Amino acid sequence: MRYLMLIYGPQWDPSGASAEQMQAVMDEWTDFTADVLKRGVSDGGEALEPVATATTVRVRNGERLTTDGPFAETNEVLGGYYLLNCDNLDKAIEIAAQCPGARDGSIELRPITEFGDDYQKEVMERAGLAGS
Amino acid sequence: MTTTRKRSWSGRASPGPDPSVTPGEFEIAAARLYREVWGRAVAALTRTLGDLDLAEDVLQEAWIVALERWRADGVPSDPTAWLLTTARNKAVDRIRRATNLKSKERLLVESDSTDPLAEIPDSSITDDRLRLMFTCCHPALSIEARVALTLRTLGGLTTPEIASAFLVTDTTMGQRLSRAKRKIKVAGIPYEVPPDHALPERLASILAVNYLIFSEGYASSSGTQLVRRELCEEAIRLARLLVAFMPDEAEARGLLALLLLHHSRRMARLGPSGDLVLLEDQDRTQWDRAAIEEGLALVERALPLGAGPYLLQAAIAGAHAGADSFESTDWAQIVVLYGLLYERAPSPVVELNRAVAVAMRDGAAVGLDLIDRIRAEKSLERFHLLHAARADLLRRMGRNDEAAESYERALELQQSAPERRYLENRLAEVRNRSSLHTSESGNP
Repeated sequence: MRYLMLIYGPQWDPSGASAEQMQAVMDEWTDFTADVLKRGVSDGGEALEPVATATTVRVRNGERLTTDGPFAETNEVLGGYYLLNCDNLDKAIEIAAQCPGARDGSIELRPITEFGDDYQKEVMERAGLAGS
Repeated sequence: MTTTRKRSWSGRASPGPDPSVTPGEFEIAAARLYREVWGRAVAALTRTLGDLDLAEDVLQEAWIVALERWRADGVPSDPTAWLLTTARNKAVDRIRRATNLKSKERLLVESDSTDPLAEIPDSSITDDRLRLMFTCCHPALSIEARVALTLRTLGGLTTPEIASAFLVTDTTMGQRLSRAKRKIKVAGIPYEVPPDHALPERLASILAVNYLIFSEGYASSSGTQLVRRELCEEAIRLARLLVAFMPDEAEARGLLALLLLHHSRRMARLGPSGDLVLLEDQDRTQWDRAAIEEGLALVERALPLGAGPYLLQAAIAGAHAGADSFESTDWAQIVVLYGLLYERAPSPVVELNRAVAVAMRDGAAVGLDLIDRIRAEKSLERFHLLHAARADLLRRMGRNDEAAESYERALELQQSAPERRYLENRLAEVRNRSSLHTSESGNP
C-alpha cells in the first residue's frame, strides 16, 4: 500500500539557531531519510519552504484568483512529506513514529487512491506517452 | 442465560423472521449458536479472504442457508466448519463473478491453491480472533467505531442489538459499522497481532474498549435492562478470551477480575423499584460468590506479574467483595491500593475515592478535609460524586445544613434517575433532621 506521510509542525525558524543546532536538526532528518530509503519503504519525499513563500490559486466562475499563502490560522503547518510504500497501516505508523517531526508536530498518514494499471495506461495514452 | 428474547439474527441480508411468530426451540437454539460461532467464523474467514466486509457478507448469506438446512436436517456436529465451507464457496462465487478486478483474481488463485479452510485447527481460530480483536480495536478507528465493531464482529451482536444498546437508530449504527469497515480496508489496517514494542498502546485500546462495553451495560445510561446485561456478559466473555490469548498480560487478567467483581454485585445493586442501593446497604448474600472467588483468584495470581491500573482497581473491588460487611471492610488496605493507583494513573477521581476510604479509616472529618482540598483544585467542581461524597460525610458529622447544600449541588449535576432518587432521599433526610434540630433548639 502507498501512503502520503504529511509532516505538520510548528514553522521552523532557523534565525535564532546556531550553526551546530542547524546541523543537528539536519542530521536527524538525514538519518531518518536514509533509514527510510534503506528499508525500501519510500517512493520519495521532500521538505517544503516556509508557508510565507506559498501561493494559493483558486478559479471561481472561470476567474483566476491568486493569493498570498494559505490564510488558515493554524499553529501547525505542512513542512514536508514522504511517499511511503509499505504493507499496511501498522508499518506506516511504525515509520511515522520514528520521524523527527512526530515529536513536536503531528504526522498524517493518508492512503493513496489507487486507480489501477488500466487507468495509468489510459493517462499515458492521453498524454501521448504510451509505449514509450 | 436469558436468550429467550426474540432476535433479528437473520440480519440485514434477509427479510428476517416474522415478528408475529413466537420463536420456537429451534430459533432460540439458533440465536445462541449464532452468538457462539459468529466471532470464530468471521475471524477465520477474514484471515483467508483478507477482507472483513466480504467475510461478514458471505457468512451472513451462509447463515441463512444454514438455518434452512439445519431446521430440516438438524445442526451438524461442527457448525462452524459447515458455515465456513459454505461461506467460502459463496466468496469464491462472488470473486469469480468479479474477475475483472485483478486483485480478486489473485485472491482466487491463492485460496484455490492452498485451500486454507480445509483444515483449521482450534488454536489457529483462537489466534484469528486475537488478530481480529486488534483490528477492531485499532486506535486509527474512533472509539465509538471500535466498540461497535468489536460487538458486531467478535461478539456476534446484530446491528439492531448494538443500536438499541447505544440508543441510536439502526441506520446510524449500520453506517458507523460500514464506515469503520471501509476505513480498515482503505487505510490498510492489518489483521495482525502487533509486535511487542507496539503492544502497550494496542493492548490498552482493547482493554479500554472492553471496559467501555462493560460500563455501558453497568452504568444504565441507556438501553433496556436486558440489553445492558448482555453488554456486561459480552465484555466478560471477551475479557476471558483475551486472558486465554495472552496469559502473561497482568492487565488482561486485571480487567477480567475487575469486570467479574463488579458484575458479582449486579443482583444487589438495584432495589425492587430500580433505585440504586449503595455498597454499604447492599444485601451481600445476593452477591455472586462464584464470580467473586474467580475474581479474587485472578487478582492474587496476577499481582506478581505487575500492578497496573486495571489490576489495582480489581484489587480494590476484591477488598470490598471479600468483606463480610461494610463495617468489617479492610479500609486501610483500600487506602493503600488507591494510593498505588494514584501513582500509576493520577486523576482527581482516584484522589476522591481515596479520600472516601480515608474517611472510613480515620473518620469523616479527616476525609472531609481531603475532599475540600481536592475541591479547591476546581477540576472536579462539575463532578456530581464529589458533592455527593462531601454531602455524605457532612451528614455523618451531623452538619445537616451544609450536607443539604452539597446534596442540592450533586442533584444539579446528576442525570441518571436511580442516582437522583438516592440523592433526593438523602436530601429530604438531612432537611428533616435540620428542621427538627432547629425546632428543638428554638424551643426553650
